[in-house]
Amino acid sequence: MSTAVAEVPVETRIHYLNASYGIKSWLFTTDHKRIALLYLGSITLMFFIGGAMAVLMRLHLIEPAGALVQPETYNKLFTMHGVVMLFFFLVPSIPATLGNFLVPMMIGARDLAFPKLNLLSWYVYITGATFTLYALISGGVDTGWTFYTPLSSHYLTTHVIAAATGVFINGFSSILTGLNFIVTIHKMRAPGLTWKRMQLFLWSIYATSVIFVLATPVIAIALFLVVLERAFHVGIFDPAIGGDPVLFQHLFWFYSHPAVYIMILPGMGVVSELVTCFSRKKPFGYMFIAYSSMAIAMISFFVWGHHMFVSGQSVYAGFIFSALSFAVAIPSAIKVFNWTATLYKGSISYQAPMLYALGFIGLFTMGGLTGLFLASMATDIHLHDTYFVIAHFHYIMVGGAVMGYLGGIHYWWPKITGRLYHDGWARFAALVIFVGFNLTFFPQYMLGYLGMPRRYAVYPSEFQVLNVMSSAGASILGVGYLIPFIYLLWSIRYGPVAGSNPWGAKGLEWETPSPPPTNNFQEPPVVAEEPYGYAEPEHAHV
Amino acid sequence: MSESAATNPLAAPPAHRASPALHHQFEELEQQYDASNFGMWVFLATEVMFFGGLFTAYIIYRSIYYPGFVAGSHGLEGDFGAAMTFILLASSFTMALSVHAAREGKRAMLVVLLLLTIFLGIAFLGIKFTEYGHKWHEQMVPGLNFNPSVEALRGAPGNAVELFMCFYFFMTGLHALHMIIGIGLLSVMTILAWRGKIRRDNYDRIEVSGLYWHFVDIIWIYLFPLLYLVGGRYK
Repeated sequence: MSTAVAEVPVETRIHYLNASYGIKSWLFTTDHKRIALLYLGSITLMFFIGGAMAVLMRLHLIEPAGALVQPETYNKLFTMHGVVMLFFFLVPSIPATLGNFLVPMMIGARDLAFPKLNLLSWYVYITGATFTLYALISGGVDTGWTFYTPLSSHYLTTHVIAAATGVFINGFSSILTGLNFIVTIHKMRAPGLTWKRMQLFLWSIYATSVIFVLATPVIAIALFLVVLERAFHVGIFDPAIGGDPVLFQHLFWFYSHPAVYIMILPGMGVVSELVTCFSRKKPFGYMFIAYSSMAIAMISFFVWGHHMFVSGQSVYAGFIFSALSFAVAIPSAIKVFNWTATLYKGSISYQAPMLYALGFIGLFTMGGLTGLFLASMATDIHLHDTYFVIAHFHYIMVGGAVMGYLGGIHYWWPKITGRLYHDGWARFAALVIFVGFNLTFFPQYMLGYLGMPRRYAVYPSEFQVLNVMSSAGASILGVGYLIPFIYLLWSIRYGPVAGSNPWGAKGLEWETPSPPPTNNFQEPPVVAEEPYGYAEPEHAHV
Repeated sequence: MSESAATNPLAAPPAHRASPALHHQFEELEQQYDASNFGMWVFLATEVMFFGGLFTAYIIYRSIYYPGFVAGSHGLEGDFGAAMTFILLASSFTMALSVHAAREGKRAMLVVLLLLTIFLGIAFLGIKFTEYGHKWHEQMVPGLNFNPSVEALRGAPGNAVELFMCFYFFMTGLHALHMIIGIGLLSVMTILAWRGKIRRDNYDRIEVSGLYWHFVDIIWIYLFPLLYLVGGRYK
């Protein structure tokens, strides 16, 4: 990346990309903006690795008897797809890239509170990813991404230790990032930037960071215990000495359900920014959107049991977890209604980031509502471990989180690189992704409702039509993801110069040149107004 | 970075940013001090949840397999546990004095107190590993060498005692790992103090290390009764 930037001819101003050159200036940087780009490169790599496995799975499922791989290999494919996508792409996606880049800029600071810790978190991430990729290339893991005991701890002969260690290590990267954001947002806001003047993206990143710090250590200890149990053939989840494998499920989901909100909350923050900017209105109910982020983060800690309705959990616990899971729908719905109300009578423009935001709202709503089916104990008995669950969480994580991520990347790309991409291609890609996504996953709702279980390499032939539709959609989706990769890279070198505020957006990050100087601002900003002052007609400063 | 000084006024420190201890991202020392302290507290919240998973599991199993946990607890050496508790509390005292010495800028005192804290930490680990050795001889190590005598079981089922010993090794082992990290941290601080790198304007690193050290002590304060005193040893 540094060489590409070095050849940009028109740029004479010193900014964070050309302040220093060479591989060392990147690997030893403490600049939050450069670290964001290091993360961007690494998670993009992981995204395409995880995506390649999804492609293989969908190809395999074209035939009822399986078209491509052995059943054991299929088990490894869905396991590694889940591990790579969840822990190494979705969890760090928005916080570690856009969050890293934007949090200091949105609060008017020169950097995060602990720049060296920030760099360390990237190295921790790389170390964890290395362990997991080692497990991948040395034969794979077939536990499922959940690492359930005693399958993971006693029965499988694959590289569970390497994969679990990778996820364990990667957890500390999340913790360090979350810690950094919390301290930065508390202690380093510019003069005048009160909590209620913060942009909504910051609120969602703050809520995410709370989950990072409080939930991640629990999966760390759970996986640590699995690794020990596997290494010493005895441990606290071992039924042979009276241990309870379901306890592992409790500890696992105590992290992994809040982790769903780690993935979706930053996307919600991005969408709040996009909807506001591209309808040229103040967000409807700013405090409701802000506090609903915090409410989601809080409630997320008390719903994990809805993953275990059929694991032998007490039915009374099931009642409570079911009710609490319904409660999460309230702050989620508040957000959807407030975005919609923000659009109402706004001056809406359909630029590429806005298309992603609108896609997010629709797909997240569908994913969220089907979540209620799964949170109801009675329907969950029928739908548990079927493709309905797969479709539900892909609507949240791909239709929601990935759409939000791509929308955010498109929105802040001119700020990050100083260049504009081709808007026509970007809108085209957004539509391709939307169509491909729905064609992939809507049939899976139907498959699940009809009773097709997840994690099987074969299926009855009456499910073939829907499976072929899903596989066809996945090919479209794959192409859709490659298009932005190409035109965004192209824009770094050939795109027109963006100017400091191509969207005419509000927010401190747009008040500094693109790309920003190493210290972010020419002069330390002072905030004297409420956020999102879109009341007067805007003139874009392109 | 030097070329940016020409165009970017913040690259050169303004007059009020005179202190060399002030990192570039902060406006003033007080903010930096607050941030590093707050950062350590947030980290400790993470640690509470990290150990919390184990404590929760311990409490669940203790309620299910109480006789096995009592038998396992009575197999531990309470004198060792008491001695380790005393040593660790003493080390917390010397750590607190270290922070005071750093705040007052007393370099020699700081070095001596830090060395004393490290020494107490090593003494704790020495006793801990001696106890591990005893467990090995008593064949009380789950998975590797578990074949307890009839007296050691005290009538409780062997697998429940084994479960207790799993917790004993996991919890004290994880605690010992934190001690080792803490000793490493304090060793770095001692070297910095020895070289005169700890001053009144950057003693927050001693304070933050102290917070960590006290936290590890507090974990032990909970481990000691949970592991050594279950079932009323001194009735």
